[in-house]
Amino acid sequence: MSKTVPVRLQVNGVEHAIDVEPRLLLVHAIRDNLGLTGTHVGCDTSNCGACTVHLDGRAVKSCTVLAVQADGSSVKTIEGMGTEDDLHPLQEAFWNDHGLQCGYCTPGMIMAAAGLLADNPNPTEAEVRKGLEGNLCRCTGYHNIIKSVLDAAKSKGATVSGQSEVTA
Amino acid sequence: MSATVAGNGAGTKYVGQSMRRKEDPRLITGQGSYVDDISLPGQLWAAWVRSPEAHAKITSIDTSAAKERAGVVAVYTNADLDMEAGLPMAWVPPGVEVNTPDHWVLAKDAVKHVGDPVALVVGTDRYSVVDAAEDVIVEYDPLPVVTDPEAAIAGGPLVHEQFGTNKVCDWSLGGGDLEAGFAEADVIIERRIVNHRMAGAAIEPRGVLAQYRAGKLTVWSSTQVPHFLRLFLTILTGIPEDRVRVVAPEVGGGFGSKLNIYAEEIGCAWASIKLRRPVKWIETRSEGMMVTHHGRDQINYVKIGAKRDGTLTAWHTKILADLGAYQTLLTPLIPPLSAFVMSGVYNTPVVHTDVTAVMTNKFATDAIRGAGRPEATHTIEVMMDQLAQELDMDPLELRRKNFIPPFENGHETAMGIVYDSGNYVAALDKLLEHIDPADVHREAEALREKGTYRGIGFSTYTEICGNAPSRAVGPSAFGLQGGGWESATVRVHASGSVTLYTGTSPHGQGHETGFAQIVADRLGIDPSMVEVVHGDTDTGPFGLDTYGSRSLAVGGEAAARTAKKVADKATQIVAHQLEAAPEDIELRDGKWSVRGSPDRGMTLAEVAGAAYVPENLPEGMEPGLDEQTFYDPENFVFPFGAHACVVDIDAETGKVKVVRWVAVDDCGPAINPLLIDGQVHGGITHGIGQALYERIEYDESGQLITGTFVDYALPTAAELPSYETDRTETPSPVNTLGVKGVGEAGTIAATPAVLNAVLDALRPLGVTFIDMPLSPMRIWEAIQEAKGKAGAPA
Repeated sequence: MSKTVPVRLQVNGVEHAIDVEPRLLLVHAIRDNLGLTGTHVGCDTSNCGACTVHLDGRAVKSCTVLAVQADGSSVKTIEGMGTEDDLHPLQEAFWNDHGLQCGYCTPGMIMAAAGLLADNPNPTEAEVRKGLEGNLCRCTGYHNIIKSVLDAAKSKGATVSGQSEVTA
Repeated sequence: MSATVAGNGAGTKYVGQSMRRKEDPRLITGQGSYVDDISLPGQLWAAWVRSPEAHAKITSIDTSAAKERAGVVAVYTNADLDMEAGLPMAWVPPGVEVNTPDHWVLAKDAVKHVGDPVALVVGTDRYSVVDAAEDVIVEYDPLPVVTDPEAAIAGGPLVHEQFGTNKVCDWSLGGGDLEAGFAEADVIIERRIVNHRMAGAAIEPRGVLAQYRAGKLTVWSSTQVPHFLRLFLTILTGIPEDRVRVVAPEVGGGFGSKLNIYAEEIGCAWASIKLRRPVKWIETRSEGMMVTHHGRDQINYVKIGAKRDGTLTAWHTKILADLGAYQTLLTPLIPPLSAFVMSGVYNTPVVHTDVTAVMTNKFATDAIRGAGRPEATHTIEVMMDQLAQELDMDPLELRRKNFIPPFENGHETAMGIVYDSGNYVAALDKLLEHIDPADVHREAEALREKGTYRGIGFSTYTEICGNAPSRAVGPSAFGLQGGGWESATVRVHASGSVTLYTGTSPHGQGHETGFAQIVADRLGIDPSMVEVVHGDTDTGPFGLDTYGSRSLAVGGEAAARTAKKVADKATQIVAHQLEAAPEDIELRDGKWSVRGSPDRGMTLAEVAGAAYVPENLPEGMEPGLDEQTFYDPENFVFPFGAHACVVDIDAETGKVKVVRWVAVDDCGPAINPLLIDGQVHGGITHGIGQALYERIEYDESGQLITGTFVDYALPTAAELPSYETDRTETPSPVNTLGVKGVGEAGTIAATPAVLNAVLDALRPLGVTFIDMPLSPMRIWEAIQEAKGKAGAPA
């Protein structure tokens, strides 16, 4: 192993200081060093998007970022989205709409979709399809993934208006 | 015919419902455990040194530099392997000679394809073992390479010299008199149809973690077949089966590609035994493209005869199947599976299929989603459109003319295969309720002015799954060295919750939900009370795992039968306790009670209490509430359906876009429609992928051109439409659930629908035939060629 360098990361709101080889990929730092195994590796060439996380609020493919490049950044992974008892609207929609089968692409797909909805809260089907073209799924044919994202966009709107009704 | 046979008057409260999956909460929150998510103390990493040559003698291997690297624990070559046998191939058809080369975990003396493993490096760190593998110096003496199956069979360079031929075997299946059949025909057409090589391409790469500790070998593998793997680990390592445990944890898709016994699984297990430490290997995608088995790679030379009115008289297919350099678990038996369904949904009186299998310097083909049936269906359904064109007949009228009429309990095809049940015309009629080809052709007229060519293509299919009746597939029949039954154990716990142990091993299909629905109905409980345990050979009984759309029709049926045994015992206990006759006891609203007196009754939890605190059981009854079944089906099941595909083609660029897809599938009564739709969506997409985008390609020197997802193009969301799905439900008489499989149906149906749609679109330009993959280049060339023939300026 070559010499290591210190890297500081804030992951899902928790500060971490790790020593890594300069060549260590961010995805391996997240998985192997921090033990957050919800982020997956599917292709090594940044085609499949299974490794998608949010880096300083932007969806990125963490197999194409070195851990040292992320030094000082905040990272959000699928584990930071919601828990089984308190699901994120996208997680809820993927569950309701059968937006996953084997589940391997799912964390990356949800993170990419969250990035998409942050930029475009009310996308059309075509926009969702275009927006997720960097994430591959072999099980679902994307049909129910697209449905999930569109439903999540709708339900997010519902939640917001529901809250405003309560506070009004 | 009864669609469902539930235990003791139990209704079907949950079966038939689109319930969301029990699997999902852990998967959507990142809490699933795939192989690479599991790590053990003292764990080592493995990396493989692979051949860059497609065919060469190994003249020397120098591992010294690799061994000197920090962190490297061992470097092994074939000389270090002390295994008596190589990797298994499980097909020994009676009376058929199959040339099967030895297939060692590490190449012995020679390499036969790019990626053939030559050395295994084991070390302490994921990255540094890869560095060390780079340090292994292998010298090769290149040998002549053959990658084209037609060249290989015609006397090209020998892949394995000892056989004196590249032919693996000849195998035939047929019925009726071919000569007479063709003599009756008014029209005979012949085509050469290429079904190119493709990948399973599960998004989770393969991976293995093996631990030998305290005399016990435990192997976690991303596999569809943990029970098979345990058996072969015993055979190859000599450790008795009772001390080998295989776990298929969360498995990130399979599509057939994880239905195998791979060198990396055996090699890591062997290394962990040698080193007494856990050894992990996670496949890179490049390795996956090289050495996770491929599928298809058939050339079909097909000749069909028909009367002028469209009535089919004879069908003869010669299949040349390119098996690659080695034969993995089921390699040579896949092309014969094409023959089983070569009648399709048609009443053809004479059908013959002759398979010739050949070796080339490519990796092995084996089962990929559909495994032989997509190739057959592609040929059949493309030929039906070709014949319609020849006869100037509507392709759907031609199909209707030849459909096997509806049948509920057995139809024997010309080849002696007995289909279970079918109503092909009903599926097509239902499809046409959703889409009218005349509308599409009207739209096509309008679009043509803009340079867009729209076309519609159909596929009416049936396939064979639910494997398998052991006596039909076993050693003395088809020649598989195994059976086709499935096991289930239903264990009611003392507090009334239930564990179902199934011998099937899912990788995304949703068994935990669908099987729970089946059991819950029979025991009067909520599916949330039924935990489905799978994929761990230390838990339930021996099983035969998941592939070939078998899980529900065989494993689900085993679960249903076992739950019924539990319900029968519960009925006896309740009758005894309520002092009533067992035949007067019914299960209603979660309680067993005397018919007409619902107030006095017992829940499953109360029955379990009585069974485990056995103060008051019927005379002679054993305590406990725990039953098991080994179910061997009487026949296969034959799902069917009708699909329509609409494509738009840009005549300038040759780019094809699928703009609409309508599918009607019949897999018997639905257990969970949500899961069926999901399987159909994914299956269609796999077929569209092959038809338009995906192709495993080697160059003439045997180099793999499509070694990553950059070059091997999986379809993305942006290329695809949303799908329109519907169902008909024709129960199978084979099992009490009436169900058939659906995991492969979409893939089997899809490719000919795409090809027929493309040809329909290009017909005005004079294009009459084209092979997959329908890349822009190929379409554009076909258009130019047709224009040239027509004498129009290119």
